[in-house]
Amino acid sequence: MSQFAPEHTISSPDRFEPMVVGLGVLGCVLLIAVLIALRVGAFDLSVTRIYHILIGSDSVTPLARNVFWMIRLPRVIMAVLVGSSLAMCGVLMQGVFRNPLADPGLIGVSSGAAVGAVFAIVFASALGIGQVFGAFFIPVAAFGGGLLATVTVLAMSTRHGRTDVATMLLAGIAINALAGACIGLATYVSDESELRALTMWTLGSLGAASWTNVAIVAAAVVPATIWGVIQSSRLDLLLLGEAEARHLGVDVNRLERHVVLVCALVVGASIGFVGIIGFVGLVVPHLLRLSLDARHRWVLPGSLFAGGALLLVADTVSRVIIAPAELPIGIVTSLIGGPFFLWLLSARRAGSWS
Amino acid sequence: MLFANNITVSRGRKVVLERVEMTVEPGRVVALLGPNGAGKSTLLGALAGDHPTSRGVVELGGVPVSQIELRELARSRAVLLQKSTLVFPFTVRDVVRMGGSVHTNLPRGCRIDDLVREAMELAGVTHLGRRRYQQLSGGEQQRVQFARVLVQLMPWGIERPRYLLLDEPTASLDIAHAIELLGTARRLATEHGVGVAIVLHDLNMAARWADEVVLLDAGAVAARGTPREVLTSSLLERVYGVNALIMEHPCADAPLIVARA
Repeated sequence: MSQFAPEHTISSPDRFEPMVVGLGVLGCVLLIAVLIALRVGAFDLSVTRIYHILIGSDSVTPLARNVFWMIRLPRVIMAVLVGSSLAMCGVLMQGVFRNPLADPGLIGVSSGAAVGAVFAIVFASALGIGQVFGAFFIPVAAFGGGLLATVTVLAMSTRHGRTDVATMLLAGIAINALAGACIGLATYVSDESELRALTMWTLGSLGAASWTNVAIVAAAVVPATIWGVIQSSRLDLLLLGEAEARHLGVDVNRLERHVVLVCALVVGASIGFVGIIGFVGLVVPHLLRLSLDARHRWVLPGSLFAGGALLLVADTVSRVIIAPAELPIGIVTSLIGGPFFLWLLSARRAGSWS
Repeated sequence: MLFANNITVSRGRKVVLERVEMTVEPGRVVALLGPNGAGKSTLLGALAGDHPTSRGVVELGGVPVSQIELRELARSRAVLLQKSTLVFPFTVRDVVRMGGSVHTNLPRGCRIDDLVREAMELAGVTHLGRRRYQQLSGGEQQRVQFARVLVQLMPWGIERPRYLLLDEPTASLDIAHAIELLGTARRLATEHGVGVAIVLHDLNMAARWADEVVLLDAGAVAARGTPREVLTSSLLERVYGVNALIMEHPCADAPLIVARA
């Protein structure tokens, strides 16, 4: 075998990739967003103060140190993790549905999670099971609900080991409608305080970010990200079409099922802690494909950076815009995402979107 | 040898192909002909290993295709479909390069980029390289996909079985590009021993470029043989219901089919 070079794969670039610059810019944007988010807020932390906190200097008050380590930093990391994971799942979903307007919500994970969370809020005290998981009751219920909904969608659309994407889309719509009914029912029977709690949950908030929460979300997001990056070239082939990908040696059914399950795990874990946050998964990958490159090896890392930055900015806005109160972050992302989506649609109709 | 051994393929309760036998030999071009709905594309798909057979097996080099690992299979046969569904803003070059994803160990000094360049030249799409795929016309897209499929079968230097399955590759091409594509397929067969199967509608194209013709009718083989043996007025009358005149091609050693209205 001496005449064969070891592992010459298509991922080895033999020309200069201008996308490296694009990724670098996005990385810088994320870094700047992190610095701003760490700095601003109800409690003002200057850059010098942050620097002193980081090097462990004694010149800062314990209060500032606490705000930084226990409140600001976990929240910033949580925002980046959640934003990255939502954007990445958007990329993955768009690959499975071969539709640039697909979104993780299509497989029922968001609405399933909402049902889990809402039921946990409304029925937990009545059934007396809220104490079992303590503070994690709502996230666990949301995660379980999201996973259950997705597995149902997947099971409905799989027959004889083959998963049909069109059926998956329709099953997702049905599950979403069913979830809407369940949420409506829970809303109807809830009392004043439960109603407020479940409304706030569905609007999303990063206010409860703690190191434990961050660790749990990271445990889902980090391996999923690594998996996604490893699958990059296969995901590219999937965009060619199911048959084409199969002809190029991809086990399409397996890959699609894995993508759906990974998204259910990651999105379920993320929104369990922060509630429903819309449009990040839709808008970010789209922008990157159009402005950078359509290949997953650039879109995926780019989406991680841009998604993290976008949600972090949205969270910072939600913290400061009506300070000392907070605007739910779901409102901010949808306010940015809704008009943007409409613009995409009109650009698409005009044929200039590519 | 790519061999459909007496296969039956069903879709739901409907039998689409019944006891069909056909062979694609290295270095030869087989044209699949037949009326709409005769099962041509299904047969091509079965040869590609896409459809489970309810009877008989498709074998590649004596091994059932269903037992060959997908990546291994991808190195031995490439498929060009009628229509592509790609709606993402890849560049033409990226699309062609995807054909190279099947090559995990190329000989020393052989780079994917060189294969991509050669394939793009063969398919006549070199000038489109930096354009976005969805901005191209249907015919240009088809030629880009053809280049991608060629990269999959390259490099020619390595000894291995190669089959090229084309489903109506000329449907969206103008006459010049249609002739160019079929000529390229023909040359790959002669020069590199590629076994080629092409679904065609144009009987004269088939007569001109194919070594062998398989004429399908309602899911079964109506006739097989050289174009001269198969493309007779009685068979065409029976299968297509068309009254055709068979003449000698004025500038090639092939029959020329003229339909009488």
